Amino acid sequence: MRPQTEAELAAIITEASGPLCITGGGTRGLAVAGATVSAQGLSGIRLYEPGALTMVAGAGTPLAEIEAELAKQGQRLAFEPMDHRGLLGTGGEPTIGGVVAANISGPRRIQVGACRDFLLGVRFVDGNGQIIKNGGRVMKNVTGYDLVKLMSGSFGTLGVLTELSFKVMPKPQTQADLLIEGLTEETAVAAMSAALGSPFDVSGAAHIALGQDGAPVTMIRVEGFEASVAYRADRLRDLLAKFGAFQIETDPQRTAARWIAVRDVEVFHGRQGDVWRISCKPSDGPQLADRLGADGILYDWGGGLICSLVPDGTDVRARLGAFGGHASVIRASAETKARLGVFQPEPAGVAALSSGLKAKFDPRGILNPGLMG
Amino acid sequence: MEMPAPNSEILSRKHELLTRLRAVLPDDAVIGDEAETRVYECDALTAYKCPPLAAILPSSTQEVSDALKICHDMGVPVVPRGAGTSLAGGALPTADSVILGIARMNDVLEVDYDNRFIRVQAGRTNLSVSDAVAEEDFFYAPDPSSQLACAIGGNIAMNSGGAHCLKYGVTTNNLMGVTMVTMDGSIVEIGGAHLDAGGLDLLGLVCGSEGQLGVVTEATLRILRKPEGARPVLVAYDSNEVAGQCVSDIIQAGVLPVAIEFMDRPCIRATEAFAKAGYPDCEALLIIEVEGSESEIADQLALIRQIAERHNPIEFREAMDADQAARIWLGRKSAFGAMGQINDYMCLDGTIPVSQLPYVLRRIGEMSKEYGLGVGNVFHAGDGNMHPLILYDANKPGDLEKCEAFGADILKLCVEVGGCLTGEHGVGIEKRDLMVNQFDPVDLECQMAVKDVFDPAWLLNPAKVFPLASSHGRRMAAE
Repeated sequence: MRPQTEAELAAIITEASGPLCITGGGTRGLAVAGATVSAQGLSGIRLYEPGALTMVAGAGTPLAEIEAELAKQGQRLAFEPMDHRGLLGTGGEPTIGGVVAANISGPRRIQVGACRDFLLGVRFVDGNGQIIKNGGRVMKNVTGYDLVKLMSGSFGTLGVLTELSFKVMPKPQTQADLLIEGLTEETAVAAMSAALGSPFDVSGAAHIALGQDGAPVTMIRVEGFEASVAYRADRLRDLLAKFGAFQIETDPQRTAARWIAVRDVEVFHGRQGDVWRISCKPSDGPQLADRLGADGILYDWGGGLICSLVPDGTDVRARLGAFGGHASVIRASAETKARLGVFQPEPAGVAALSSGLKAKFDPRGILNPGLMG
Repeated sequence: MEMPAPNSEILSRKHELLTRLRAVLPDDAVIGDEAETRVYECDALTAYKCPPLAAILPSSTQEVSDALKICHDMGVPVVPRGAGTSLAGGALPTADSVILGIARMNDVLEVDYDNRFIRVQAGRTNLSVSDAVAEEDFFYAPDPSSQLACAIGGNIAMNSGGAHCLKYGVTTNNLMGVTMVTMDGSIVEIGGAHLDAGGLDLLGLVCGSEGQLGVVTEATLRILRKPEGARPVLVAYDSNEVAGQCVSDIIQAGVLPVAIEFMDRPCIRATEAFAKAGYPDCEALLIIEVEGSESEIADQLALIRQIAERHNPIEFREAMDADQAARIWLGRKSAFGAMGQINDYMCLDGTIPVSQLPYVLRRIGEMSKEYGLGVGNVFHAGDGNMHPLILYDANKPGDLEKCEAFGADILKLCVEVGGCLTGEHGVGIEKRDLMVNQFDPVDLECQMAVKDVFDPAWLLNPAKVFPLASSHGRRMAAE
């Protein structure tokens, strides 16, 4: 089913008698059993005010359309959402609704915040078929409860997003990478922490530790006006000298491509095995990665995000044991996902609150049932 | 402002309540004496006062849990209170409620520079969080103007902002985790030193829920390294339209100032009379602050100057040294005090799309004439967060009511042009009954359903946020 209006969507949900599989572009491999309801018909940019850094768009609007429109004004989505197609081997067009529903953020999350931090307002249809709005289109808004954050990352289990308003950011004039090969994982994380704890406004800190040809590589990014980027890159190189001799690269194509590769975890494209994503305290990263026995390890977010490639069916959570953070499946067989669950099980108190919310928003349990436990 | 009638059955059980609370809290942490509970009768919205039945001052998460279990068991409403600086009446008691003050919980629990976070007890003041990491040149970014006094727990409850959130975001963008006690005494940990939620974003939901979902006792906060330097400029224009256009052009040019503050003529005049900061006498004044190294600051200011001069400013004043920088900020920082010298005032914080600024200022000016009450505007222009200060005389019968009606009209206007009722102060009791202007019943019902999950008996801060008529059924069911 592919409703063209919010009202049609509301009618579909009201009349539904069984599970519904809610999808946007279907690029992220999250389909559940049930009648498919696609949000792609709810498409189009409804408002764009570059001087106010705000855009409002239908949830089904292709991300590419949004990015093209923003680029015309020298702006962009600052949270750098990952494109899952290469990693998962899926087709289709990512939509803004899908990005928000999965709270997808890329390398710049460490500097500017996650997708949810840029979301200003939502409209959605809940499990009862009611059309609900929350938030708005202004930067600061504490009017009532923040369901905007709640809806972001709820993977369609609380409601089907129909319209989103979000904050956009100016595209910087230029960027530079600081690069070094051959650091151990501990040293790389220490170097990234030093960079992120500096006043030099680092917008990316990643380390490809294992799984690529050649030596491990550590990369640190700064963005902004040209003179400022040059200044900060130099200062960072001095600051990081105790970890090794970093090279500065400013070629626009190569620097851009490098961070797309990190964002989309290109190092695991086309390779056999399951892919897991672990969010942790950065300094815990190397020790956690060590427990995995992985075939590939990529650190992003200064070490606070580990993408790991492990043999098919590996129970990554069992290998990690107890830790501060969470591990989720990005790529695995349906059997593995069903056996282990896509998301980290929550402590009893939190789980009770989460299931209580689901029961209120979707009392019949028909929206993406089972996806979030 | 109407508040629900106190439950006489609870009032009659005061002795039993105090006895039970004293069994789990130190003697000096349970206050029942009427002279002493009066301290908690209001917050910074001083127009409304009501002493609580009792006040408690727990020192730990466990004590909060023990006390809440007793209140839950006895069906007694609880009003959490940070430092009592709410401008929206967020901590206003009812006569049958227990004030739960978190002021004694003010320890730093953990500082981790490598991982860039600090964990504190929620009663710690905002500024003292930054102070705790100042030795390593770090800071906690959200900076509400009450930061000297206000508590982190209150900041989380109201999702507080500040002048510098244009670059650094508000509380919710800088909050990584909380330890929270729900009304039944359950202790839950949400988030931590890692980023983003593993399941539903309960952290985002709790932040800004005005103490209605749980009592936050500990918080993990993101800390940042201080920039190398910062410098403000002052730009004066002879029209609000032009100043508004200048703000929009600066933002669009890709410069990201940490703050863009806007003051209108009535506010500039009041401020000048009071603080003598040496501001030009003009229609609209902008204070724009940028950060970075000396050369980065110079480059950004050059670009800002270029944009500002396209709009023919009356004056463009750069701070040449720390003293001049302080003078530029002096007037802005004295604005509230200056307006207070003229008269009593009510401060609103409706937020509007930046593009609507000139229209809204014009309408506020017209309404000011209609109501016969003066109003000065000082606000965070970069994000459209207005702060109209309406002057009234508290001793003049009817003036407060007139002022409230004027305020309500301004907030309705904010909603009309695509904005919202409150950008950083919260709804509290002040804007509770205006919520119907921004939300349909079904929207409010959905929010109230969230409270049903966390606090099914509606005992935590029950008469706030939602119009009394909307929450009536739920509050009555609880009794």
